[in-house]
Amino acid sequence: MKAYIARRFLYMILLLVMASMVSFIVITLPPGDYLTSYIMRLKAQGQDVGLDEELALRRQYGLDQPYYIQYFKWASQMLRGNMGRSFEFNRPVWDVIQPRLGMTILVAGVSLIFTYVMAIPIGIYSAVRQYSIGDYVFTVIGFAGVSIPNFLLALVVMVFAYRTFGTSIGGLFSIEYVDAPWSLAKIQDLIKHLPVPIIVIGLSGTAWLIRTMRATLLDELHKPYVQTARAKGLKEGKLLAKYPIRVALNPIASTVGWALPGLFSGQTIISIVLDLPTIGPILLRSLMTEDMFLAASTLFISTALTLVGTLISDMLLVWLDPRIQYT
Amino acid sequence: MADSADTRSDVVGGEEEQTIGVEEERLMVASQWSLMWLHFKRHKLAVAGAIVVGLMYFMAIFHGFIAPYERATRSEFIFMRPQPLVFNDGENFSLRPYVMGMDAAMDRATFTRTYTVNEDIRYPVKFLTRGDEYNFLGLFKTDVHLFGVDRPGTIFLLGTDELGRDLLSRSIYGGSISLSIGLVGVVFSFVLGALLGGVSGYYGGVTDTIIQRLIEFLISLPTIPLWMALSAAVPAGWSAIQVYFAITIILSLHGWCGLARIVRGKMLETSHEDFVMAAKLSGSSDWRIITRHLLPSFMSYLIVHMTLAIPGMILGETALSFLGLGLRPPVVSWGVLLQQATNIRTVATYPWIMYPGLFVILTVLAFNFMGDGLRDAADPYKV
Repeated sequence: MKAYIARRFLYMILLLVMASMVSFIVITLPPGDYLTSYIMRLKAQGQDVGLDEELALRRQYGLDQPYYIQYFKWASQMLRGNMGRSFEFNRPVWDVIQPRLGMTILVAGVSLIFTYVMAIPIGIYSAVRQYSIGDYVFTVIGFAGVSIPNFLLALVVMVFAYRTFGTSIGGLFSIEYVDAPWSLAKIQDLIKHLPVPIIVIGLSGTAWLIRTMRATLLDELHKPYVQTARAKGLKEGKLLAKYPIRVALNPIASTVGWALPGLFSGQTIISIVLDLPTIGPILLRSLMTEDMFLAASTLFISTALTLVGTLISDMLLVWLDPRIQYT
Repeated sequence: MADSADTRSDVVGGEEEQTIGVEEERLMVASQWSLMWLHFKRHKLAVAGAIVVGLMYFMAIFHGFIAPYERATRSEFIFMRPQPLVFNDGENFSLRPYVMGMDAAMDRATFTRTYTVNEDIRYPVKFLTRGDEYNFLGLFKTDVHLFGVDRPGTIFLLGTDELGRDLLSRSIYGGSISLSIGLVGVVFSFVLGALLGGVSGYYGGVTDTIIQRLIEFLISLPTIPLWMALSAAVPAGWSAIQVYFAITIILSLHGWCGLARIVRGKMLETSHEDFVMAAKLSGSSDWRIITRHLLPSFMSYLIVHMTLAIPGMILGETALSFLGLGLRPPVVSWGVLLQQATNIRTVATYPWIMYPGLFVILTVLAFNFMGDGLRDAADPYKV
């Protein structure tokens, strides 16, 4: 098993390298770069930018070199914790991303927990009481959950709040806490703001997971061992918890890794709509302004977070299910 | 599938012996596709979903005829709320509904236009009436619309946008783009998935490993950030058609992975079957075996999988265009229409600009129900 973990780890490093390449290539695809538009803006303002100055600026940012050299520079700098400089914010990229990174992980983590905490009991209920009113209600909610675009749901929530309270409810903090240092009051404020984004981000995942949980448990419920246990007089609740639910939970645990890309995906767009202090809005903005290093780094970090999350969930699975042979 | 002849008869319910005779014989000779249809028909929600999907595509194909206005027709009614369609005027009910006239006024305090219903003016809805000129299926120009009202009356059943354009007409026009993106994207994914999955499963070895690793890598990436970055790379100077195909290809870059896995799995399963060996011995080429024997044997799974992939594509396009990274005006798609809804204050004041979202929800919901039924029907020999 140690060999498996070691190999899995090495494989992940390879994936991370690939992710960094993809991030960089994708970002350098558009014709022109930030400097082109920057110089155009300067010219529009009436400033005279000569060819010499333009070349000097290019050299300063290393944009005069071929792309592969730019990539290696960027990647090797990143290993040393330097992700380059954001043109637009005129600050190191890390300084722009770092304050939002914690929130990104927090929101994703809480959404994931919410998804499983909601979906597993509902899935169990739906399977045990198949075709009951409750089952139908959850089925409808489930289908609606995967069919409503999450950003639309976020918009509806925003509009509803705006019309009821007259203010925008975007963000994760009240105005007075945004720049305040961490304190008990700020955490309370955060807890008050979290539920709406969490529900919106988690809904589609929850809906999908309810269906999966229901289906796997239904498969188990009709197996002979359940009948045997029932025939021997085991109480229904105890029986469920002791046998079929445990069996049905195992495939569910292995879905964590698959759920993560969707989760980060949803989080990005919801963060943009609800203006959450995560890296999502930064990604959109840097893409719009062709802020190359910032965009590449943000894209890389979102993929890296997903990859690391998947690795962690795989590790958990090793620990959870000793039956599987990892060779 | 050797015992398929026995299991086929199980499809019939508990009818009486005599009637089964004929029924059974019909089922014995029934093709795989007609068995699938029998299965599918039993799933009522799926049938309902299929009908809605069918109607949506019908609407998308004949958008010019069904929409009362052309997508770019402006009116002086800016941000007007939906005009109600009245069947019953309080005294008697008429099958010919009418819309009431609207009076526009400027609110001096907020400087917004307000509209009030003028109950005295009635415009009866006319069918097959003349209106804006459009190109019918790209074949000929005509100005006959399914319904409309005589000028100066207006029929804005879903309200109007910032330029006074009819949101219903725009949603119908948008449907033709949004719905076709789903189809075209799925065709791209199908070609890529069937090809790479087929190669991977048929040849195995190093090729297989490389393709499988590539797929694993691609599906572990979060889609929205990657799509955002890729669509931001679409040059601003491209024409509407180029952008359309670029976005479709971007959306299918992820979609082919799932399909390739299914194709590979099925390929591994079936490539050792006797009929493949027989084809090989009779001197068929690899290409012929794959396309003539292997692919058709699991086509139903592929079609189901493709149907299930369409709503994801539609949602992807909507999300990207909504963020301003996908299709761009003047192209009209559901996502482009929702772009107007990015400003919370605008949506709060004119909530009907979110109505195009209802088309998205309805379509995706219908697709999901239909896909659910198709998944069950895909394997008709399974009892």
